[in-house]
Amino acid sequence: MSSLYDEVTPTPPSDVPTRRVTIDVNGEPRTVDVEPRLLLAHLLRQGLKMTGTHTGCDTTNCGACTVLFDGRPIKSCTMLAVQADGHSVETVEGLASASELHPIQEGFKQEHGLHCGFCTPGMMLAAKALLEENPNPTEDEIRWALSGNLCRCTGYQNIVKSVLWAAEKMRAESN
Amino acid sequence: MYPSRFGYEAPKSIEEAIGYLTAGAGEAKILAGGQSLVPMLKLRFAAPEMLIDLNSIPGLDYINIAADGSIRIGALVRHEGIERSEELQAAQPTLAAAASLVADPIVRTRGTFVGSVCHADPQGDWAAAMTALGGHIVAQGPKGTREIAMKDFVLGPFQNSLAFNEIAIEAVIPAPQGTAVGSYLKLERRVGDFATASVAVALNIQGGNVVRAGIALAGVGGRTIDATEAASVLVGKPLSAETIQAAAEAVAAAAEPRTDHRGSSDYKRQIVKTFVSRILTGIANSEQKVA
Repeated sequence: MSSLYDEVTPTPPSDVPTRRVTIDVNGEPRTVDVEPRLLLAHLLRQGLKMTGTHTGCDTTNCGACTVLFDGRPIKSCTMLAVQADGHSVETVEGLASASELHPIQEGFKQEHGLHCGFCTPGMMLAAKALLEENPNPTEDEIRWALSGNLCRCTGYQNIVKSVLWAAEKMRAESN
Repeated sequence: MYPSRFGYEAPKSIEEAIGYLTAGAGEAKILAGGQSLVPMLKLRFAAPEMLIDLNSIPGLDYINIAADGSIRIGALVRHEGIERSEELQAAQPTLAAAASLVADPIVRTRGTFVGSVCHADPQGDWAAAMTALGGHIVAQGPKGTREIAMKDFVLGPFQNSLAFNEIAIEAVIPAPQGTAVGSYLKLERRVGDFATASVAVALNIQGGNVVRAGIALAGVGGRTIDATEAASVLVGKPLSAETIQAAAEAVAAAAEPRTDHRGSSDYKRQIVKTFVSRILTGIANSEQKVA
């Protein structure tokens, strides 16, 4: 079973039909053979070993598995990996550069935007999608944009502050 | 959670998709946004042998508003597409009011309007809105297309009247007689929860009189409830405190709520009455301002 989720091997399993897909993950094309029923979240975590994307509720409620799909936030537990063929996916691993945190990550650090950290990757990607469209959001707009992402520690207050912090930093950087 | 095994095709045209459906002989299922279907696959409430993904078919993400005010929404228009279409927001107040209340913002980037109507969830927002608007679904099958009125489309909980080899390719909202007014109100315990109760109101007003009154309810019965008959007390008259009161009571009586963890049956019926009254009063007040 595990070979199904590995990157293309010389001998793909023969008993289960798979499809070869190429997905741009954080700017790098990844070619994998996937079973149609494999969820995008599971491809990222088990197949590509990128465990920054979390699976929380598995029922499309919590948003911990949020990634950017062609730039828009989606719940990766609610999309088949095979559907991402030819598309781009951005995960939390794509946020920071080798030497520097992304301003959104910095904001979560500065404003204590996480307790246990489980919801944080999804929160940050949903926030990134918001800030790309709306660099100067109000608190209310942030709360609406993040309303599909649940924090089980109920740390929303600081999450909102973190996004406000990041928005300010990103505006300053772009000036 | 893993879905059970299925085959997968991503056709490039509607005709090709219908071919796969026909070959599937009832065991194939259409995948559009997948925001209801994929959770059902994971819970194994659904276990089709084949999924036919519409997302590679070009040209299905249109919102066309004709000169007469009729609206056609293609099968791949996402909830977000409704929410963000300024033209649609200006033309159709019932859809405009419901758009930002569907699921949550992340689900709205992916889930589709037509798919939600087809899913026929008794708590679904769009099936209620389309019912209130007196809309229809255009279904395409091997022999061509046919129109299915909303009242004939939703047969029961999670049941629509599409044949096994038909695809709902667009939703159509007829041209209003006079001015289209309306709104949508939904009570939910938190963002993204299903409706405790929701009310869709779509009226046409001409010369100060209501000429068409469509009201539909979600979350208060085993299926989308078409309360248009109850709303007929509004037709032929201007909106007044008396007609609003009568309509609110008649519509509340048409609801079939059940007591559950979201509230008691009486509570939900009261919510319906309050929402109908609130929406109609809002319309009456803004009509006065216009006049």
